[in-house]
Amino acid sequence: MSHHDSKSASPMQVATGDRAILPEGARTIPIYVMGKRYEVPETLTIMKAMEYAGFKFLRGAGCRGGICGACPTVYRKEGDYKLYFGLACQTVVEPNMYLAQIPFYPANRAKYDIEAISPVAETVHALYPELFRCVACNNCTKACPMGVEVLDYISAIKQGDLARAAHLSFDCIQCGMCASRCMGELPQYHVAQLVRRIYGKYIQPRAAHLEKRVVEIESGKYDAMLDALQKMSHEELEKLYKEREREPDMAPPGTWMPEDTQYL
Amino acid sequence: MKISYYPGCTLKTKARNLEDAAVASMAALGVDFQELERWNCCGAVHSLADDDLIHHVAPVRDLVRAMDQGSDKVVTLCSMCYNTLARANLLMRQDEVKRKTINDFMSEEKDYHGEVEVLHFLNFLRDHVGFDKVRERVKVPLNGLKVATYYGCTLVRPGNVAIEPPADRKLMAEFLEAIWASPVDFADATTCCGSYQVLANPDAALDVAARILESATRAGAEAVVLSCPLCEYSLARKQDELLQKNKISKDVPVFYFTQLLAAALGLGSEACRFDLSPRCSVELLKSKNYPIDAAVVGV
Repeated sequence: MSHHDSKSASPMQVATGDRAILPEGARTIPIYVMGKRYEVPETLTIMKAMEYAGFKFLRGAGCRGGICGACPTVYRKEGDYKLYFGLACQTVVEPNMYLAQIPFYPANRAKYDIEAISPVAETVHALYPELFRCVACNNCTKACPMGVEVLDYISAIKQGDLARAAHLSFDCIQCGMCASRCMGELPQYHVAQLVRRIYGKYIQPRAAHLEKRVVEIESGKYDAMLDALQKMSHEELEKLYKEREREPDMAPPGTWMPEDTQYL
Repeated sequence: MKISYYPGCTLKTKARNLEDAAVASMAALGVDFQELERWNCCGAVHSLADDDLIHHVAPVRDLVRAMDQGSDKVVTLCSMCYNTLARANLLMRQDEVKRKTINDFMSEEKDYHGEVEVLHFLNFLRDHVGFDKVRERVKVPLNGLKVATYYGCTLVRPGNVAIEPPADRKLMAEFLEAIWASPVDFADATTCCGSYQVLANPDAALDVAARILESATRAGAEAVVLSCPLCEYSLARKQDELLQKNKISKDVPVFYFTQLLAAALGLGSEACRFDLSPRCSVELLKSKNYPIDAAVVGV
């Protein structure tokens, strides 16, 4: 008879990290996926826990690195009326968590030609007049798994400050949870994307060094080097890679220069 | 005639006596009394009369922001914003039940009880800067320029947020006197500009705007001063249309009160922004030889 009670379980035997393989003696906790109870290792993310429980993600999973916005989860905790939002690939399970995946949320997306658009707030207002249905309830901000101040960027757009809205919404991953909670039925994330496109194309200052580099590329400065690389054998490429010059990790900015400067 | 009977949730639960007696009585009276199919809650849970609380969330959130940022006063220029913030503030100060509802709903913010004071800029000028100080700082006295004091609705209605007792109509006059202009009171000083009818009933909006402008002109005013962008739209930006439709006989210069203040303080065109005012407003100032940039033409 085994004696895996709390006293005899060594700390080394509990599950560590986000691995769906359960080491012997690992502690499990109950979670509820769409209302059904599963026992899952306590250290897993929601995504791994669901896979451990037998779910298979055909859609609703993308980068697994917290940036693609495909895996938003809405959940509640036992005895707490509040809704919580997180990315399944980033959020660690908690005991008695009640959760559901919302891989997609339908929201109005306006059609526009970014080349022909007038880069002013009125353009955004005309494409998304529902902006003015916002009552500042702030449910959008509370629903954002990325901690974006959604209400603040919506307010900035209404106030005509596209640059501020672009900066405030920069961390948006287009998951749509803001829209899912909006009583004014705004498609916040689509509006913000339009604003960032306008900002990037028309408002943000151009990087002079980037334009210079584009000219160099187009003039064929790097063609010979790329041709040479493509003709190299696997061994030659590996040797070149291993012997490459590399900026030291902690070098103060602007202090390091490679010896070979022909491509700068 | 077909009568649908709508019972409501409470009659199906705690008030069966109310319903059963009525249904039986109707049967006894021979009245066909059919219960509506597929009925839902009447909505009384969210009272029609005064559950407009969600519309208070936006202004209260602004006031919470002000409190968070350590302010004890919020000053506004726009009549409409002043009105909205002041009314929301009054509610948060006076109505304990609604205050709790709003604070509970906005649980992510600090509780608010009306800590911040909402002031219109005119009150701020009078009470915290002082009209005497304004008068001392005037570099370009407006030499008796006759200006009609247009309040519109939201500076004076409802009375409990009015910037002064509504019958007084002194505040704008005192402000104009401080910059050496001559205030002109007129019959339509607090008549609504019609902005709420601009979309639904555009002709009515034009008629009332014409009435206000003609009334100001008849009272001897050379210009109209106001503090609300909606009024400015109705009274200034619609003037071309008013003239085209022969609703007014001549154009009337219109200014925001802040523009006249900046001009009197001798500030340049970057501050006064007469470029955004009607052309006739610019021409009036030029005809009076006020020092405004010759390049400014108005819109």
